[in-house]
Amino acid sequence: MFLIPCPWCGERDEEEFSYGGEAHIERPKDPDALSDAEWADYLFMRKNPKGTHFERWNHAHGCRRWFNAKRDTVTHVIEAVYKMGEEKP
Amino acid sequence: MTSRYSIFSLMRNAIGYHQGWQRAWRSPEPKPSYDAIIIGGGGHGLATAYYLAKEHGITNVAVIEKGWIGGGNTGRNTTIIRSNYLWDESARLYDKSLRLYEGLSQEINFNVMLSQRGVLNLAHNLHDLREISRRVNAIRLNGFDSEMLTTEQVQAMVPILDCSKDARYPVLGASLQKRGGVARHDGVAWGYARAADGYGVDIIQNCEVTGIVREGGKVTGVETTRGLINAPKVGIVTAGHTSHVAAMAGLRLPIESYPLQAMVSEPIKPVLDCVVMSGAVHAYISQSDRGEMVMGAGIDHFTSYAQRSTLAVVEQQMAAVIKLIPILSRLRLMRQWAGIVDTCPDASPIVSKTPVDGLYVNGGWGTGGFKGTPGSGWVFAHTMARDEPHELNAPFTLDRFTTGALIDEHGAAAVAH
Ligand SMILES: Cc1cc2nc3c(=O)[nH]c(=O)nc-3n(C[C@H](O)[C@H](O)[C@H](O)COP(=O)(O)OP(=O)(O)OC[C@H]3O[C@@H](n4cnc5c(N)ncnc54)[C@H](O)[C@@H]3O)c2cc1C
Ligand SMILES: [Zn+2]
Repeated sequence: MFLIPCPWCGERDEEEFSYGGEAHIERPKDPDALSDAEWADYLFMRKNPKGTHFERWNHAHGCRRWFNAKRDTVTHVIEAVYKMGEEKP
Repeated sequence: MTSRYSIFSLMRNAIGYHQGWQRAWRSPEPKPSYDAIIIGGGGHGLATAYYLAKEHGITNVAVIEKGWIGGGNTGRNTTIIRSNYLWDESARLYDKSLRLYEGLSQEINFNVMLSQRGVLNLAHNLHDLREISRRVNAIRLNGFDSEMLTTEQVQAMVPILDCSKDARYPVLGASLQKRGGVARHDGVAWGYARAADGYGVDIIQNCEVTGIVREGGKVTGVETTRGLINAPKVGIVTAGHTSHVAAMAGLRLPIESYPLQAMVSEPIKPVLDCVVMSGAVHAYISQSDRGEMVMGAGIDHFTSYAQRSTLAVVEQQMAAVIKLIPILSRLRLMRQWAGIVDTCPDASPIVSKTPVDGLYVNGGWGTGGFKGTPGSGWVFAHTMARDEPHELNAPFTLDRFTTGALIDEHGAAAVAH
């Protein structure tokens, strides 16, 4: 079983979590000023790296809180979890 | 030179105790330069090379594959072929592909075992039923075959399906595309490889592309584990690795890579002579010629490049499948595996030029690109040869994410395999 360490609840089974995709994508501060290409980048373009990925998770069937994780997309090893709003490790 | 396969070559070789068969394609050393390089020796890459040679006379081509050809998603998929897509753009592209499939075994002199046994998409609730009827009507308006079946008709076609009133997933009806079916995935890769090789295309296996070389915004070649290879045109056809390879040229793509899993049971006598798909429970089932039940799942819920199956998905998948077809509960699973699929936000592929001159990308086929293999190769060869898309793939550009002209098959195709 793949265990995910929730910063609040500790290690839990992967089935308790839902995945929120790439983390640290900032909502444009001034949406009106954005070009179409910048909108496309914000909405659709993703790093999708082979290796270290910073991503969001929600402990949906647990404390229901969101958090960030630093995970390797090849080995699935979670190197760190950290709370929303915190700097990436 | 490859010799033709026929009943006579079979008899001749039978007399020689099958010792005389030739290699189906060469294994050449990479040349220093080519007119075009295809990165990725899956079905799509090999088909591209074949149509570059056949349709456009470009034969000085290399297909560069990091592992063995067909070892990616081509050899890992559940081989369902159909063209019953909602939107006009998709319907045209996928039906072109289906039509190419229909003549493929003859054309490339290799039996891809296309079996047009019919594909059913089940409706389990009123919403499904409306959605599927709408799709059937749209497809018919596009001139392609598709029909609605009642519960009774579905039950008659698939006696092992639980169509009872108190079923966990009641069957309220289904769409049927009779021209849909399955084919032999390895056969498609091997057949295209052999045919492309026959035109002089070099298929280079065990060679990974590690860099894309550019000069002044133009591609000049690729860096590989077997050295630098030059070419003025390079096509990226690497499925789950599309973002990874495109990033070598500094491109950002709207693609995310997820595992998609499938499994087969132990072989049993024939019980299912069509393909059954259920979008609602994300299951699709057919029976192989060897008798195994071939069952596919929905994508895993987080991105990954690990080509591994996981217990969580196998469990979910089996829970759904045995409710659809209860007799399967007695079967043992023989094998389970995963492939890494390249998903796009609108569940449609990108077959396109890129901002880098001479660099082309063919990816984002996600969970449903096996059916698209011939059509994809055909339009991508056109795009690379002419430096402009064919009208069939013109809507499938990278630009659509900027213009907003998405081809949203997500909801539309119910389940996209
Ligand atoms: C479990 C599963 C079930 C599926 N079921 C269906 C189905 O029923 N019907 C359907 O239509 N589709 C299905 N699909 C989707 C389908 O398999 C794919 O869309 C299709 O096969 C993609 O073909 P391809 O040639 O682009 O990719 P692949 O066959 O994956 O080929 C890409 C190749 O690129 C190579 N490569 C990657 N990086 C590099 C590099 N740096 N250098 C050199 N080579 C590289 C890889 O090794 C690989 O061989 C399924 C997929 C999976 C995983
Ligand atoms: Zn928690």
